[in-house]
This record gives sequence, C-alpha cells and structure tokens, in this order.
Amino acid sequence: MIVSKEVRIQITDRNGTSHEVMAPTDLNMNLMEVIRSFELAEEGTIGICGGMAMCASCQCYVLSDHDLLHRGDEEEAMLSEAFNVRENSRLSCQIPINEALENLHIEIAQED
Amino acid sequence: MIQTDILIIGAGPTGLFAVFEAGLLKLKCHIIDALPQAGGQLSELYPKKPIYDIPGYPEVGAQELVDNLMEQIKPFQPGFTLGERAEKITKIDDKLFEVVTDKGTVHRAAVVAIAGGLGSFEPRKPQLPNIEQFEDKGLLYMVKNPAQFKDKRVVIAGGGDSALDWSIYLSDIAAEVVLVHRRNEFRGALDSVEKVQDLKSAGKIKLYTPYEVTKIEGDIQLKSLRLKSNQTETELDLETDFFIPLFGLTPKLGPIANWGLEIEKNAIKVDNTLDYQTNIPGIYAIGDVNTYPGKLKLILCGFHEATLMCQSAFARIHPDKRNVLKYTTVGGINGFDGSVKQAPKAVVKTID
Repeated sequence: MIVSKEVRIQITDRNGTSHEVMAPTDLNMNLMEVIRSFELAEEGTIGICGGMAMCASCQCYVLSDHDLLHRGDEEEAMLSEAFNVRENSRLSCQIPINEALENLHIEIAQED
Repeated sequence: MIQTDILIIGAGPTGLFAVFEAGLLKLKCHIIDALPQAGGQLSELYPKKPIYDIPGYPEVGAQELVDNLMEQIKPFQPGFTLGERAEKITKIDDKLFEVVTDKGTVHRAAVVAIAGGLGSFEPRKPQLPNIEQFEDKGLLYMVKNPAQFKDKRVVIAGGGDSALDWSIYLSDIAAEVVLVHRRNEFRGALDSVEKVQDLKSAGKIKLYTPYEVTKIEGDIQLKSLRLKSNQTETELDLETDFFIPLFGLTPKLGPIANWGLEIEKNAIKVDNTLDYQTNIPGIYAIGDVNTYPGKLKLILCGFHEATLMCQSAFARIHPDKRNVLKYTTVGGINGFDGSVKQAPKAVVKTID
C-alpha cells in the first residue's frame, strides 16, 4: 500500500479566518488547487485561468519564512500588472505542494 | 432585429459546437459575445497553449481548436454579434425570448443557450479612490475610437501588449503619449517592446518606469494624474486630457446574474438529469457557466452538454415533430448554404 504524505498548511481566507488543512503531496496539486479543494475562496473567484499564471485571482501572501519568494518569469510578469501586490506575493497556482511546505502559512489576497 | 432558433450567448468552444449540433437538427443559431472575436477564453487567454484532453486529438493548440470548430460549423451559417454584451432578457411569449445587448442590438429566439464560460471579459480597473467619477470623462478602459485622441495628451498605464501597442499606435495621432508602468520590464511581443524603445528615443513616447498612478484629479473632466516612483517614492503631477489604464481583462458573470436564474458558486444551476435547462424553461446553460452535482469544467463536457441541449431545444421548438438520432456518417452534413458532405457510396459491382 502506498502511504500518502500530507503537509500541514495554514490558510487565511479573504475574510481573515484562518484554516488549517492537510494537503497531499502525491496528487500533483498546487496551492491554488488546495485552496479550491477545501473551498476556502468562492468558486469562480480563484484560479480563473485554470492555473496558467495568466490571471492573478489566486494571488496569496507568504506569511511564514518558507523559501518561496522566487517567482517564475510568467508569474512575475502577471504580478507586475496585478493589484495589491506585496514583496511576499505569489500566485498560488505556481506553488506545487511538496514536503518542504510543512507548516506553511499563507493569506489569500483580495479579489481584484 | 435578429431572429433565430437558438440564441447562444458566448462564442467559446461550447457555444460554437452547439451550432453544429443544432444544424444537424436544422435549427439556426446566432451567437453573441462581448469579445471582438470568436473563441472565448481559448482565443483571449491562451491561444498558443496546447490542450491534451480533446478526444481524438493527442494535442491541439487552443486557437487551432477554435479555428477547426469555426470550419466545422461553417455550413450552418451561424450569425454573430461580436463585441457586444448580452444585457437584458425579456420573455415575449411562451415561444419567444428577446435579448438586447449593451449596444442596443435586439435578438429574438425561441431558445436561449447561455454558454458564457466564466462570464464576459471586462477591463480590470486600477484601485484608485475616485476612479469611477472620471469614467468617460477623460478616463477610458479601452480604445474604441482612436481619432478622439487627435492632438490630445494621453497617459497610458500598463505593461502588457495592449499598453505597448496602443502607445505605439497613438504616438502618431496624439499630441503627447506618456506610458506609465510600475516595473522597468515590459511583458509583450519583443518587436513591440523594441518599437516603444525607438519611439522613446525619438521623443515620441514619454516613459515613466517604475511609476504608478496614485491619484486622479479634475473637476468634472479629468485634468491631471499624480505619479509616484516605486523606486524613490518621488511624486509628480502630470496634466493630461486622457488616462487609459490597460491592466488586462477579467471575466465577470455580469448582467446574466440578474436574469432571474438560479445561481450557485458563480455558476448557473441546471438540470443535468435531462437537458441542462435552467429554472426558466427555454433558457439553457451549457459549458463552464453551469453547475450541477459532479460538474467538471472541461471543454469535452461542454460539447456533451451542447448536444443534449440541442435535442431538448428541438422538442421545444417543434413539439409536434418526432426526432430520431442520425449519425453523420450515415446522414452526412447538409449545410444551410446548400453544401453537402457525405460518405462516399460503396460500389456494388460484379467482378468478372
């Protein structure tokens, strides 16, 4: 039997409520998909482009000190046009779930 | 006034394929879309990206799929109202709906099929305190009539293709073009970036990077903009006649949300046990815009939904006619344009 590994992630939603979720590392998921699977942001307001870094609807802020501040080129370009962008902004669809994310804390940015 | 059998709202893959299935049943279609071209998200968001889950296509480009669908539905001569957003729906009688667009185009049809995907694409507005007060008073989110900028001062904000392309285009028309972008890097086609560079060197475009517009000022008409450097925090005021923020498009369900349809999770609830009809008989919702238990937002599911919708639309439009499923391999395609596609007949001949 395959024992699936999960990581603990703390997600603050757009209303300021904090949720602790267990995200699977073996389902080829990204953080945006985790947020959607736990329905922590209203359907239709997150992951609009499907995870192609072509919209900023899944923008989040990395609150813990995980080494996640390196943005990809397309992501950087998208964030350069998005609103409410901070130093610690990332597109959650560009963060694959892996074991290094244990105890990650993020906040979902407001809709723009 | 445009009259048709099925009025489709949304020219994405699902809406386009519905034309084909309707055509097989001899039903005519007309499509409304807010974007100026057919294809929906595929053409607008990711035309060059590959799709791997269209049955029978190991890989197909998004725009290529749209082009193929357009070719496939050509014999059924769909009408298009492009660049207009479906705004209002009225039930004229039991067999007729009227849909009017934001530009006043009137459409009438027995059946309305909403294939609106994520909604209509609308410009993203920068978050400036009094921005709405200046809309259409010097502030524009899209360029519709370039001639209006003749000998005027224009400030464009944004770092993508449309900001670059309009800066280039208007530099020939306007008295002054200023391009403001919050980064030093632009994301756009290489030749557009280079062209802007040339025009900047030639003094035809003034560039402010990394700057942001932080405030709009004016009485009734927009008069000036406050710009702030993202590097040095320096501020400056810029007098202008027009401000055009170009920060891309974002889909919004829009006026459809007020049509009295049951909405759940930003999508329209439909009857998935039968025909994808909404709570209003005669109005259907197909593709990404609908929701039901187990819904998957996939193009291939949209195709299926479009097909069943057409069967139900046929029964609604022709309650007295019987309908039986025909295979295109057997029946061929008889276009409304008189074209006929048919499987070649087998030869029955004795070999001596």
